[in-house]
Amino acid sequence: MRIFVCLKQVPDTESRIQLRPDKSGIEEAGLKWVINPYDELAIEEALKLREAKGQGQVTVVSVGPKGRVTDALRTAMAMGADDAVVVDTNESLDSYWTAKAIAAAIKNEGSFDVIFAGKLAIDDNAASVPQMVAEFLDIPHVTVATKVTVDNGFVVEREVEGGAREIHAIQTPCVISANKGLNSPRYASLPGIMKAKKKPLKEVALADLGLNQEQMKIRLKDFQLPPEKPKVKMLTGDAATQAKELVRLLMDEAKVL
Amino acid sequence: MSKVFVFIEGNGTDLKKGSLELLNAAQNSGREVIVGAIGSDARELAKKAAHSGAKMAYVCEAASLKHYNSEGFAEVVHSMIQQSGADLVLASSSSMTRDLFPRVAARYNSGLANDCTTLTLTATDVKARRPLFAGKCTAEVEFVNSPLKFILMRPNQLPLGQSNTTLVAEVKEIPAPTVSGKVQCKELVKGGSTKVDLTEANIIVSGGRGLQNADNFKLLEDLATSLGATVGASRAVADAGWVSHSMQVGQTGKTVAPSLYIAVGISGAIQHLAGMSASKVIVAVNKDPEAPIFQKATYGIVGDLFEVVPKLTEEFNKALQR
Ligand SMILES: Cc1cc2nc3c(=O)[nH]c(=O)nc-3n(C[C@H](O)[C@H](O)[C@H](O)COP(=O)(O)OP(=O)(O)OC[C@H]3O[C@@H](n4cnc5c(N)ncnc54)[C@H](O)[C@@H]3O)c2cc1C
Ligand SMILES: Nc1ncnc2c1ncn2[C@@H]1O[C@H](COP(=O)(O)O)[C@@H](O)[C@H]1O
Repeated sequence: MRIFVCLKQVPDTESRIQLRPDKSGIEEAGLKWVINPYDELAIEEALKLREAKGQGQVTVVSVGPKGRVTDALRTAMAMGADDAVVVDTNESLDSYWTAKAIAAAIKNEGSFDVIFAGKLAIDDNAASVPQMVAEFLDIPHVTVATKVTVDNGFVVEREVEGGAREIHAIQTPCVISANKGLNSPRYASLPGIMKAKKKPLKEVALADLGLNQEQMKIRLKDFQLPPEKPKVKMLTGDAATQAKELVRLLMDEAKVL
Repeated sequence: MSKVFVFIEGNGTDLKKGSLELLNAAQNSGREVIVGAIGSDARELAKKAAHSGAKMAYVCEAASLKHYNSEGFAEVVHSMIQQSGADLVLASSSSMTRDLFPRVAARYNSGLANDCTTLTLTATDVKARRPLFAGKCTAEVEFVNSPLKFILMRPNQLPLGQSNTTLVAEVKEIPAPTVSGKVQCKELVKGGSTKVDLTEANIIVSGGRGLQNADNFKLLEDLATSLGATVGASRAVADAGWVSHSMQVGQTGKTVAPSLYIAVGISGAIQHLAGMSASKVIVAVNKDPEAPIFQKATYGIVGDLFEVVPKLTEEFNKALQR
């Protein structure tokens, strides 16, 4: 079984975000980069599946600057992935272009049975790449998976509004994107880290995949920090007085009731 | 006349608030408004969309689309958009639209801007901004080389308009799609909550570790009932199993932006703030005056929640006469 995992490297959640002076994007210098948290779930699910099947190959794919994302790919291999492919680029790709690159890189590898991804990248907040990859490969998808079981293909649960769950039966090859709750990702072990250094990491360029700037559909511009919040108004008095005052403020000042 | 296609969703036969917001924006833009609806209530929803200015409606009530599945829905929506001739497609961001529209956009070789928080729509132009890095900044979306423009709006961001029940739309039925069945929804397991979902709620009351145990969430439920609110939670309490994970607000939970967010016994960790800092008014109740949540709050109450919350419930009940 050939299993792929889409892995994006993103700034750590605690990072302070600063904008470039021309507002064309964020200042990348000084950021700490980590594996997108949902992609850790995708890696874990892929490893569990390979273990359950007793055979298979787990390949991690990342689109980004090789110098930076290699670290994340090595971590994934230290967790247990067999090999990695980096689509090396310094461009800031949008979802469409990224998905084109991933789809092409995976096709290049020959066959694929299942592609795991995260439900969302916490930097661009797009929640789009997995579905677009599925479309470009002409295979079905299910997103926001909280449970995946092998059953003549897969049975996948996804959470929808009101805590309800949809249960989908999906055939392979397919794309599944992972939500929190799917599993608890393992840590890389020390022997794992040593082994990972020798695992194959293949490099391809966007041009090798026949892709260029024309695949870019959305450009982000005029980056802005959120407006400063006015200082908090602290209410005083005993609990009863505070409660009365809050209701008054919500009705008369904030007008949200 | 330029056109705009709005994909609408309902709770039963009522249009969701997010759909109504988009219909209002679409109607005010001076564009011809065309809607699409799928499911057993599609005709009824189309009728209501007409009251909010839709001139034309494509509906598909095929039994095979009773539950969501990406293959069949993509097929039908693709054909609705094609027939409409619109080059701008709007939908309110939901579990379904977030799953579906990136795929449809890709099929049109077009870009999609998800989870937008501002939208300015005129007959000839569209401007939208979206949050990035968990709300730490926003950026304007510019479509390039994109034959169609797809925008998903976060609910509760745009004003509602008047409806006129005498208006009607031309309705066209789209036949059931031919599908491979490679992905099928076998079952929809109902959730515990009958309240409005967190992502759509106008008022949210959220509890954290300060509540001490699962039973004390009853206090928050009473407060929520007094306000017609939905109950949310921090990750600490979802992980502790006091409440279901579906109630978690934050970076790895739900992103919400209600008019009013009341955080009770929540410290305000950066990952929690990531999910709720876009709320219009934030109230924090915490016994620690140094809790970071107060830095994001509009109104703050320093005090013991076990004393404050029952008083709040009482006052809201009085003021709102529930
Ligand atoms: C990768 C990652 C993702 C995460 N994602 C999320 C997420 O999506 N959502 C999320 O919420 N967290 C998330 N977290 C966890 C987050 O960092 C915090 O640990 C969590 O939000 C803390 O929850 P809390 O505020 O309920 O608990 P605490 O931080 O323990 O705060 C409890 C608060 O209650 C107050 N309190 C106690 N007793 C009373 C009383 N009687 N009356 C009034 N106040 C009282 C205390 O003063 C304190 O401020 C994430 C963390 C990581 C690393
Ligand atoms: N540059 C990338 N390289 C590899 N995978 C990616 C990349 N961008 C997005 N993905 C995958 O798509 C998921 C959703 O990302 P997004 O659509 O950007 O929110 C991520 O969790 C990854 O699994």
